[in-house]
Amino acid sequence: MEIISQLKHKTLEGVQKLTSLQELDELRVAILGKKGSLTLLMKELSTKSPEERRLMGAELNVVKDALIDALELRKSQLEEADLTTRLVREALDVSLPPRSFFKGKIHPLSSVMDQAIHIFGQMGFKVAEGPDIEEDFYNFTALNFPPEHPARQEHDTFYLPPGPDKQPLVLRTHTSPVQIRTMLQEKPPIRIIAPGRTYRSDYDATHTPMFHQIEGLVVDTHTHMGHLKGCLEEFCRLFFEDPSLKLRFRPGYFPFTEPSAEVDIWWKDSSWLEILGCGMVHPNVLRNCDIDPDVYQGFAFGMGIERIAMLKYGIEDLRLFFDSDIRWLTHYGFEPEARE
Amino acid sequence: MKFTFSWLKDHLETQAPLEAILDQLNALGLVVDKVENKAKALEPFTICEIVEAEKHPNADRLKVCRVNTGNEIIQVVCGAPNAHKGMKAVLARPGVVIPSTQQVLKVGKVRDVESFGMMCSAQELLLGEASDGIIEVDPSAPLGESYAKWAGLDEILIDIDITPNRGDCLGVYGIARDLAATGIGTLKPLKQSVIKGSFPCPVSLTVDHDACPYFTGRVIRGVKNGPSPEWLQKKLQAIGLKSISTLVDITNYFTYDRARPLHVFDADKLKGGLKVRLSHPGETLIALDGKTYTLSEDMAVIEDESGVISLAGIMGGQSTGCDDSTHTVFLESAFFDPIRTAMTGRNLGIISDSRFRFERGVDPESTLPGLEAATQMILDLCGGEASDVVSVGSPPERGKPIIFHPSRCESLGGMQITPVRTTQILKTLGFEVKGSEEKLEVISPSWRFDIEHEADLVEEVLRVEGYDKIASLSYGVRPEGKPLPPLQERRFVVRDKLAGRGLMEVVTWSFMAQKDADLFGGVPESLVLMNPISQELEVMRPSLLPNLLKTVLLNQNRGMESIGLFEVGPQYSAPTSEGQQMMATGVRAGVFPIFPGNWCEKKRPVDIYDAKADVCTIMLGGTWESTAPSWYHPGRSATLKLGSQVMGYFGEIHPRILKAFDLKGPVVGFEIFVDRWPISKKKTTAKSHLILSPYQAVERDFAFVIDQAVPANNLLVAVTKADPVLVVGVTLFDVFEMGDGKKSLGIRASLQSKDHTLTDEEIQAVSQKIISSVAQATGGVLRAGGE
Repeated sequence: MEIISQLKHKTLEGVQKLTSLQELDELRVAILGKKGSLTLLMKELSTKSPEERRLMGAELNVVKDALIDALELRKSQLEEADLTTRLVREALDVSLPPRSFFKGKIHPLSSVMDQAIHIFGQMGFKVAEGPDIEEDFYNFTALNFPPEHPARQEHDTFYLPPGPDKQPLVLRTHTSPVQIRTMLQEKPPIRIIAPGRTYRSDYDATHTPMFHQIEGLVVDTHTHMGHLKGCLEEFCRLFFEDPSLKLRFRPGYFPFTEPSAEVDIWWKDSSWLEILGCGMVHPNVLRNCDIDPDVYQGFAFGMGIERIAMLKYGIEDLRLFFDSDIRWLTHYGFEPEARE
Repeated sequence: MKFTFSWLKDHLETQAPLEAILDQLNALGLVVDKVENKAKALEPFTICEIVEAEKHPNADRLKVCRVNTGNEIIQVVCGAPNAHKGMKAVLARPGVVIPSTQQVLKVGKVRDVESFGMMCSAQELLLGEASDGIIEVDPSAPLGESYAKWAGLDEILIDIDITPNRGDCLGVYGIARDLAATGIGTLKPLKQSVIKGSFPCPVSLTVDHDACPYFTGRVIRGVKNGPSPEWLQKKLQAIGLKSISTLVDITNYFTYDRARPLHVFDADKLKGGLKVRLSHPGETLIALDGKTYTLSEDMAVIEDESGVISLAGIMGGQSTGCDDSTHTVFLESAFFDPIRTAMTGRNLGIISDSRFRFERGVDPESTLPGLEAATQMILDLCGGEASDVVSVGSPPERGKPIIFHPSRCESLGGMQITPVRTTQILKTLGFEVKGSEEKLEVISPSWRFDIEHEADLVEEVLRVEGYDKIASLSYGVRPEGKPLPPLQERRFVVRDKLAGRGLMEVVTWSFMAQKDADLFGGVPESLVLMNPISQELEVMRPSLLPNLLKTVLLNQNRGMESIGLFEVGPQYSAPTSEGQQMMATGVRAGVFPIFPGNWCEKKRPVDIYDAKADVCTIMLGGTWESTAPSWYHPGRSATLKLGSQVMGYFGEIHPRILKAFDLKGPVVGFEIFVDRWPISKKKTTAKSHLILSPYQAVERDFAFVIDQAVPANNLLVAVTKADPVLVVGVTLFDVFEMGDGKKSLGIRASLQSKDHTLTDEEIQAVSQKIISSVAQATGGVLRAGGE
């Protein structure tokens, strides 16, 4: 019995001194293994008298359980300590830059066009388009530009060699020819916008030979200038994200609208800035598209995408839109979005 | 159109302050471009007199002047050759800011002689062009007075933009008339003069009606030309016109006051009678600007026996111009056709105040009153006596009445306004209005060329009443649906996908240099601009790549090691709608990743598989052919086709192209015809049904050796085809070039059944099928030690 008690005390002491799982395992084998000291004592029981066997057996079982518990406890303590050590060892420098997740940017002109399309889309406009190389007829004649009229000269038109039918070909000077193409193909009611590239032979700080416009056209039986005002107010306020943005409509002149208007916005509480031209579709234009001006009427507007982009995003130099400087694109571009 | 506030008040009786007038001009559609008050900056510059002018002791070209300021005599050193004793000049005292330099004038020493001021040139005061002289002020000018005030330069100058339809507002009177209609003032009536001739007009007149519908004139003899009176000079100078002589100044005055161009011939220089006719090709004229013009057919000209002496309505000729020795003038007032004037002016490239007005329309009914009023002014200012008027033709008939329903102001213009007010507005603008309240008959005034329709009249009423009185209405009914048709929506999707792959979107010109286009297949003659802005922007682009490569160069020159760009935009193969193709084109140059030098990613040169991935991001499917246009590396490029239609290309840019563009390689690129890929006709948004097998997939690796020339894809296809049911996936995990024209491809096939766990026998059988399928399709054999 003395031996058992000694074994117990020695072993428990030993357990406390264990510093690694390996030592623990060695100790476990030395005590509880096939040839472990406790196992040997158990084996000796068969040589004892029944009375001794009963007493010693009970004693041995109690000690065995105690030693197993102690070893288990120690084991979990050591494992915990091991893990802590490992975690410390495994620490990384989280300040290092991440793996590359670089995405490109969407050009501000595309983004602004997209924004404009979606604002007008909410008002029921659909997108229409036409070619960049236009017949003089669509770009001017059908839009009621009288031949030789100074209004035609103001457009600084790029010309291409005339086509087989001798029709002069031009790079469209505005997106308005899409009005004509649409009205010749569709019957009212019409509610379209036409964003796209436009061209004029002018190149300085405030003009580029290529630029972008967005055209709008509504034709039905009842739309009037009040609707035109409402529609453009709604657009400008949503686009510039200012629900109380002030607009000013003043008379203007375009051969293809009558009455015509220029629209200014009150900008940064300091001045009126002209941002677009508009008006009621000229009766001659409707007639040129086989639409009866005594029955149908509507409005049209056109605005420069660069212009509204510059205002909204504080871009100061028009020419930089087309310079493709990656530093500029990185700064003024937009994150791509998931569209599907 | 420039005019001064005081000139406006010659015609408009008003108490309204400047600000109110400016607002009203804007509201009328006469856009105020600029308002200028020169007087502020010029206030401290006073009139002085040079009492003595001695040569500078130390400099030949300088003079030391004793100058009377009105209060005292001061010493001023002056270098102007025209400075002389007794002359009056404009003096700046120390402390004032010189307008041209914005420098403060200081007391200075010029070559050891002290100078207590400066006498100014017109250029220094921003009143004229550079000259070597100082301003010579009229001897009658009061000493010590502000020069600007005395010279009438304290005028408020207003500059407004006149739209091409408003020729009538190219005269101050017309502007006053528009303003008066709003009630901000009253229009003062013009003095109607009729001067009876005291002798028959000695110049005979023949007029071809095609060249000029209405021509009037008369001779005034015994006139004395010379500098015009101060008030007239000041009036013209204030709006930036140079005073020339009384006779010329009078014609300019009427041009700006009434939008009524006139012309004066020196009648003594005329040879025989005048004839107004259409020109013949090859005729020439030395015009008043000193240039010789060669005329083409059908320009309106005035000739005498010596030949063409004037381009009607545009510019007179030098040979019959008036000067100080002119004693007899022939004064012309006519109506020339707007279109003919515009064509002539444009063909000859002459810009003149007269052309500008005639091509926008000059009031034909102002022809005779203009002649009479100008005659009166000539008689008043130059003396002499006037002949009878000679006149051929008549003003064109006014158009037919326009039927105008005042209710259109609301149904078209969105403005509620009474018929009474409508009528009133039209009448004050000069329209003749008849008829009932519901239906008016309106005749336009002779000075309006832009009124043809009811809509034009609605605009007149609206603009006088003010567009701000139109109430905004919002659309209640809004058709549902996406604004973008699928094809166009896809262009935006493509942008997002390519940007998502690290490429920057750029927007470049639709045109480019011909020599660059030639490297990319060239363009037909029909796509060469007739009036390009420069050689660099001369032809419509046949491909977006040249512009993108230039952009790469630009950024490489800025030191960027890694560049990835794309553009979604048109390219052109013919000047038709079909000849314009929407492209998504991109390039990658230098190294990958885009931000090289990341500590955890190894950089490597970009290669065609980057470009291929860009293409596959947008288009999956179709078939690849290993041919591509000439601007790609022939061995490193491919064409994607769907059926027989080309969907796009990708590849390494041909070394010859890189050299031509001076680019550092490698550069890879792709071109995708974005609009060609068919739009899915599927109506539903639901995705196809997916069955997930509950049974474990088995993976088997193979290494095949095949000929170098056999496309790897053939092998992958052969593996899939070996057992289309059980082979559910195949990946190529290794490509190894073995030399001897052979390569080894390592693949991993996934085998899986939908309804049971595959047995070893089944797996063996599929593996065998794979091996024989590959052997059959590619001649590939298992690599020794493979499987």
